[in-house]
Amino acid sequence: MTGFATLLRKELLEQWRTRRMVIVGVVFLLFGIGSPLLAKYTPEILRAVGTGMPGAIVELPTPTTADAVGQLAKNVGQLGVLIAILLAMGSVASEKERGTAAFLLTMPAGRGAFLLAKLVALGVTLLVAMALATIGASIYTAILFEPLPVAGVIAMGLVLWLELLAFAAITFLASTAFASQLVAGGVGFVALVVLSILSAIPVVGEWSPMGASGVAIDLGLGTVPATWMPAVVGSIACIVLSAAAAWAVFRRQEL
Amino acid sequence: MIPAPVAGAGASAAISTQGLTKRFGDVLALDGLDLTVPAGSVFGLLGPNGAGKTTTLRLLLGLAHPTAGTAIVAGIAVAGPGAGDGRVQARIGYLDQSPRYYGWMRGRELLELAGRLHGLSGSALRGRVDEVLEVVGIADAARRRIGGYSGGMRQRLGIGAAIVGRPAVLFLDEPVSSLDPEGRRDVLAIVDRLRGTATVVLSTHVLTDVERVCDRVAILHRGRLVVESPLDDLVARYAPPTFRIEVAGDDDARRATDAQRLAEMLRPATGVAEVRADGPTITVRVPDPEAAGTRLLGLLATAGVPIDSFARVLPTLEDVFLDLVGTPLPPDEPTPGRGGAGSGPAWPADVDPGKRR
Repeated sequence: MTGFATLLRKELLEQWRTRRMVIVGVVFLLFGIGSPLLAKYTPEILRAVGTGMPGAIVELPTPTTADAVGQLAKNVGQLGVLIAILLAMGSVASEKERGTAAFLLTMPAGRGAFLLAKLVALGVTLLVAMALATIGASIYTAILFEPLPVAGVIAMGLVLWLELLAFAAITFLASTAFASQLVAGGVGFVALVVLSILSAIPVVGEWSPMGASGVAIDLGLGTVPATWMPAVVGSIACIVLSAAAAWAVFRRQEL
Repeated sequence: MIPAPVAGAGASAAISTQGLTKRFGDVLALDGLDLTVPAGSVFGLLGPNGAGKTTTLRLLLGLAHPTAGTAIVAGIAVAGPGAGDGRVQARIGYLDQSPRYYGWMRGRELLELAGRLHGLSGSALRGRVDEVLEVVGIADAARRRIGGYSGGMRQRLGIGAAIVGRPAVLFLDEPVSSLDPEGRRDVLAIVDRLRGTATVVLSTHVLTDVERVCDRVAILHRGRLVVESPLDDLVARYAPPTFRIEVAGDDDARRATDAQRLAEMLRPATGVAEVRADGPTITVRVPDPEAAGTRLLGLLATAGVPIDSFARVLPTLEDVFLDLVGTPLPPDEPTPGRGGAGSGPAWPADVDPGKRR
């Protein structure tokens, strides 16, 4: 892993200087703060709108803590995943397009270190973002509903992070395999659609990273679901296999 | 560890290739290249666009894999058996033909990144970066973001990044192709200063670049090595003595007609190897300039064509290339003499399958 520490430092500096880490962090913080707010006030807004219409009868259930946590998992599982794909799609392809990959790899920097530094930096950015989302959601859920169990909230954040990283890793593989970041983003989006469809299939769907959202909701509410393992293992498998495939592609790739 | 600089022009080879071949589908980009680059030399890899220069560099840098053949750089196999272990990267430096780098990074940070990858740290890193910034002349801009650099500054920065690890072999791919005359002069001066501290391989399609800094040259054409030789030997050996005649007159069309007529008269003369007429200019190549000079003057005196000038001209690398390859330069590109300034002549553009796509 020649040059890993230097390359990781460069990647993290890039995430910071290009404002990616800040932007993604702020967006996820808004997810975290907004989810309990949406869960709490959406029924009231709908009720207010509905009562303004003659003859309309609006009956909505009273919002609960589960709604707040569910809203967060939904936001992260949809918009968050799209952001993870956007973040990962240029990671390797843009360096190949610019010629900076050749610049770095004609110095004492291993190709494995080059890829791993990028994947770790992606993971760190998404981890920071997910931490901000989780903290924001915890505070506002505590204010608007009730405090969430700390261990459960941490577990929820980690499971959702794995889900994000799984899609980032698939996109990262495409970014390594193809020369265009748009193609890589397209592959990431197709993976999102395919895995969403797969997640609706019994048994098989449990292993999809998309299933991690359901597991995360239960964890956030303080219960450990009986079927937590397949989604977590499926997400980790996606990450590890994508990273291994990226290495297999990149180690002999011409630049 | 930073490798020690190469001490002068030694007898050993910094680069050697045998049968190095690269094929892209049906296109044979490099065809059995056998090349030896002596250690310590400034070596020009010359040829028109599409000749296989970039492909050669990419193979030597380990960025591409050969279809066949072997290559050794700084004593380490980079193509063929035993290649691909990454050890050579500690011994080489590379400047891309259009370096872009990271717009968010500061110039100094890029050199520090390169230095760290070469194993430098602490005061040794700071000292080396300061030294390199001075050498490439961008110390004043070191704290500015690369995104705001001009093309010339990026080129200088790229050379800095390539030399920060004190490479034994430095590869420069078209290092001045996008620069203005002042930038070209400065960058070629930097290359000149590297002579003796590293073996420099300079790929270019601009003849004057090679003439200004290189002591050896290899001409590639359509993926094949046409010739490899010390520059002076090459010009002396392959470019025959040449006389140039300018036909006088106010009417350009008339001058061109007169030049054609005069060329027809000179062609059958004894001791004349070749006569070319291009507008009002006639180029006459002769094997024996002393004998031919007198004879040509006599012929001109009796030809009845007004003459503006008659002079013996020094053969240039362009003349060598014309003789070896037979591809003329574009008519609108003048050929400055050796050591001349300006952008210099270039061959017609072609597609190099080795260029990054």
